[in-house]
Amino acid sequence: MYSDKVMDHFTNPRNVGEIADADGIGEVGNARCGDIMKLWIKVDGDVITDVKFKTFGCGAAIATSSVITEMAIGKTVAEAERITNQEVAEELHGLPSVKMHCSNLAAEALMAAIEDYRKKSDKTSAS
Amino acid sequence: MDHAATTALRPEVLDSMLPYFGSEFGNASSVYGWGRRARQALDSARDTVSGLLGASSDEIIFTSGGSEGANLAIKGVAWANQNRGKHIITSAIEHHAVLDSVLWLEKQGFEITILPVDAEGQVAPAQVAEALRPDTILVSIMHANNEVGTIQPISEIGAIVREHGAFFHTDAVQTAGVLGMSVQELNVDLLSLSAHKFYGPKGVGALYLRKGVRLNPLIHGGAQEKRRRAGTENVAGIVGLAKALELAQEEREEENARLIALRDRLIEGLMRIPSTKVNGSLVQRLPNNVNVCFEFIEGESMLLNLDLRGVAASSGSACTSGSLDPSHVLLAMGLTHEIAHGSLRLTLGRDNTEADVDYVLQEVPMIVERLRAMSPLYQG
Repeated sequence: MYSDKVMDHFTNPRNVGEIADADGIGEVGNARCGDIMKLWIKVDGDVITDVKFKTFGCGAAIATSSVITEMAIGKTVAEAERITNQEVAEELHGLPSVKMHCSNLAAEALMAAIEDYRKKSDKTSAS
Repeated sequence: MDHAATTALRPEVLDSMLPYFGSEFGNASSVYGWGRRARQALDSARDTVSGLLGASSDEIIFTSGGSEGANLAIKGVAWANQNRGKHIITSAIEHHAVLDSVLWLEKQGFEITILPVDAEGQVAPAQVAEALRPDTILVSIMHANNEVGTIQPISEIGAIVREHGAFFHTDAVQTAGVLGMSVQELNVDLLSLSAHKFYGPKGVGALYLRKGVRLNPLIHGGAQEKRRRAGTENVAGIVGLAKALELAQEEREEENARLIALRDRLIEGLMRIPSTKVNGSLVQRLPNNVNVCFEFIEGESMLLNLDLRGVAASSGSACTSGSLDPSHVLLAMGLTHEIAHGSLRLTLGRDNTEADVDYVLQEVPMIVERLRAMSPLYQG
């Protein structure tokens, strides 16, 4: 039911872990429905230089988390912000339809991390 | 290790079926030789099955499987007896074939009581007694649960229900060929079973219906099964069911002892993994059932990892239950959603060996560790 690319990202997830001095952290989902994604980003200028993730969830949840780290690294914050859940699914050559809603949260996690980064940098520039 | 899902057809069973796919293709309702021989095969299968259940042969209705058996038992008894009352009792951990049938009847105007279970997944006979009302017509409690393997006190519940004058159905899909099947000892009026769970073919099952219990058919259109189930009989399937049940009942004590040893070795090994919990009873448990929860990880990702290592297993996580909620059985036993998502069920069978168990015990801890390292819920 999963594409080869989903299975590749599931079996060899990229960029697993945490960033100790992250510029933004985003967390979405909840344990009740069985998916939690947490994403750490590092930003240099306005370019995302590093992304790491930790995910509690099914195969699709882990694969989408992994692939979005690859999609986001090297993009500007503004570019990364435009990545949609749909694009994440396409990058993985599709997801089973039942997974599109419950386990396709990676773009939202990235968005949350970017929002957190913006809040933090606003504070920094204000002070 | 997913024998509770289905089992491989035994070669002896296949051999018993083959003639009825070939030269003996007759319709058991025909008067000529082919028909008579098919009829003989059906009669003989019916005698075998009724003998194994301690029933008489006209108390056996062949069906297309466990789901049809449960549907026929519940809807059939409810419709035929609604003049006596419209109240039905079941438990929260039933298979959906039972639960959804009962819930559908509720929409048709029947009143339903769904009994809770304790932390080990057991229904208390006293609660059944309390729930019985003058208008209760039917009680349906499974013989053993398919997810956590908890065996229910069917005989005791049956005595209470009979004393009260209601009918009692048990879903014995997980126990046929494994536990004692005497309908007299179990105190049941109806019992449903499915052949593919005991090394028989898929698409065939049987319903025991005690003489005198009125039942409306689900399928109309012929005199087959004494007008209780129309449709040309699945002769090959029915022959296979009888053969498989016969073999399973013959071998069950020896096989159960072997499976219990493997099961306990597996449970003991898995429990060495930190933050792990066994689900279900350690005493009233099916010989082949292992069900554990690993905290901080999700079931489907575990199943995918096991599959990559050649192990077939199952889980009560939402992803595998086909809904957004994890297993209704684990939730009814009081587990939180978070914990229930991390459940793993391994069900042993004839072809499993100690080496298989040891292989699983070598792989699972690595998989759990790897997924936990990836989990934001896990604090090393």
